[in-house]
Amino acid sequence: MQGLAVQPAKKRSSGLLTYRTRKRLVPYLYIAPATLLFSVLMLFPMSMVFRYSLMDGAIMKKDAAFVGFQNYLTIFRDAIFWQAFGQTLYFTVMSVVFHFLIGLAFALLLNTQRIDPAVRSLLRVLYILPWLFTAVIIAIIWRLLLDPNGVVNSVLMALHIVDFKVEWFSSTATALHALTFANIWAGYPLYMVSLLAGLQGISKELYEAAGIDGANELQKFWYITIPQLMPIIISIALLDFIWTMQVFPLVWMTTGGGPIYSTEVLSTYTYKLAFSQYEFSLASASAIIILVISMSVTYFYIKHQKGR
Amino acid sequence: MAPRSSKRSSSRSILPTVLTYIGLAIGLVFAGFPILWMFFSSLKSNTEIFALPPKLLPDVYTLVAYASIFDDPVKIRFFINSYIVAGVVTLLTLLVAIITAYGFSRYAFRFKNTLNIFIISTQTVPPITLLIPYFGMVVAFGIFDTYFALILTYLVFTLPYAILLMTGYLNTLPKELDEAVLVDGGTSWTALWRVIVPVSVPGIVATAVYTFLLSWNEFLFALTLTKSMDLRTVPIGIQLLMGQHAFEWNEMMAMSVLGSLPLLLLYLFAQRYFLAGMTSGSVKS
Repeated sequence: MQGLAVQPAKKRSSGLLTYRTRKRLVPYLYIAPATLLFSVLMLFPMSMVFRYSLMDGAIMKKDAAFVGFQNYLTIFRDAIFWQAFGQTLYFTVMSVVFHFLIGLAFALLLNTQRIDPAVRSLLRVLYILPWLFTAVIIAIIWRLLLDPNGVVNSVLMALHIVDFKVEWFSSTATALHALTFANIWAGYPLYMVSLLAGLQGISKELYEAAGIDGANELQKFWYITIPQLMPIIISIALLDFIWTMQVFPLVWMTTGGGPIYSTEVLSTYTYKLAFSQYEFSLASASAIIILVISMSVTYFYIKHQKGR
Repeated sequence: MAPRSSKRSSSRSILPTVLTYIGLAIGLVFAGFPILWMFFSSLKSNTEIFALPPKLLPDVYTLVAYASIFDDPVKIRFFINSYIVAGVVTLLTLLVAIITAYGFSRYAFRFKNTLNIFIISTQTVPPITLLIPYFGMVVAFGIFDTYFALILTYLVFTLPYAILLMTGYLNTLPKELDEAVLVDGGTSWTALWRVIVPVSVPGIVATAVYTFLLSWNEFLFALTLTKSMDLRTVPIGIQLLMGQHAFEWNEMMAMSVLGSLPLLLLYLFAQRYFLAGMTSGSVKS
């Protein structure tokens, strides 16, 4: 803990109490605007949403009464909540795993010495592109591509992989997978960029030493590359897990949670409770549950960051 | 680079190189095809969008989709709104982030560690959790359906990154820079604006680019905290276009191209700043 004792003793310090007090206040003045903003925009709203979650008919009723944890019980008894929970987990785990695998594959391809440096920098620019697009645009690109009359079906039918026009986003059997695929497409560049930077930071001497000891390429990859990248992989995977779990626009713009709840995720479930059914108290309870899950993963993220 | 590759080619067959290029080509199709499809669809007539067999390039190039956007003041307004909101958010974020980052970077104070952890954790607070109280607050303060509602709420997710990114940058600058000003009798405030800010331009640009991207792409708050067409941003505009005429695909693609254009240009011209922002979430803090 950095206390005031760490403050560098200033030569000019005249010993005046007022001067020293003022000096002591300086850092707090610098952090005051952000602290104020975070209090108004973060701490206060969080206490509010928690309060709402304990009330019956928050926002809608003037004299909403406190009902304890009743709303949480209602949420936990709702089968749709558990369905949304499971689907969020599937969506998130699949996304994180494939983001990582694709990101790593691209990073390794770009990192080889076999390709021309000019080609490498051009491809790096192009491979990052999916990450630039906003979720709404990713949603409509994939709605066009995966339209029953769209190009994906045409190609798959020409190759005889499917023999009818698959309704990717409007069939309960495929919607969640289609959605997950669109998200995988959009999200791998973060891993690619970070892992590429990580690969370039691994000391060449490690590989040379391993080479002298007779290690083959696969062994070098498994015993040098992966362990060296591990801190980066863990950081990004945890962040990606948290952010992907909170997905909203992509689902909202492709399936809206349907058909028949088959792509309902925790965010869309909560959003509908609040802004379609005006059950703000139930929605608040559900929002607090999402917060608790996010913060539990964040705890590991911060622990990992501190340990690095 | 050259001697290393020649060493390789002398000892190995050409196969690994061929496989690498095949992998790179597959990657290129995976990443690029959907984007090309969007771009060329925006240049097709709507009847050509689902032509059979599907063709990437239009038979007839037409700007009719773009014309219908530029002829419609409502749609132009979406873009103006997005530029206003993202622009103001970027300026405010930079201002607050620079001041805060200076405090973090140059001073030790009580609760510094706690505050730092708090800022890192705010990055991961689910937007949906904040949305419900924001809705209540915004209505209570009478700023529902105003720019102000969006600008204020966007700060909550732009500031954490901006502060972490700026603090990281300022930490790389030697303290002797500020001390020169202090020795001359200046205050730390003058040191910040006269000396530190001018040499922090790369860090500031990275922060600005990333902040702009976050605000430009925001969807959930814009969807819920505004209502009138006059205040809708581009992502919501695209959504509305989708609901209104579900079959004007070429127009939706044109809107998407125009909506991605500022980010594409920023990315092409400020690539290294973009990458700095992109990985800022995972940097060691």
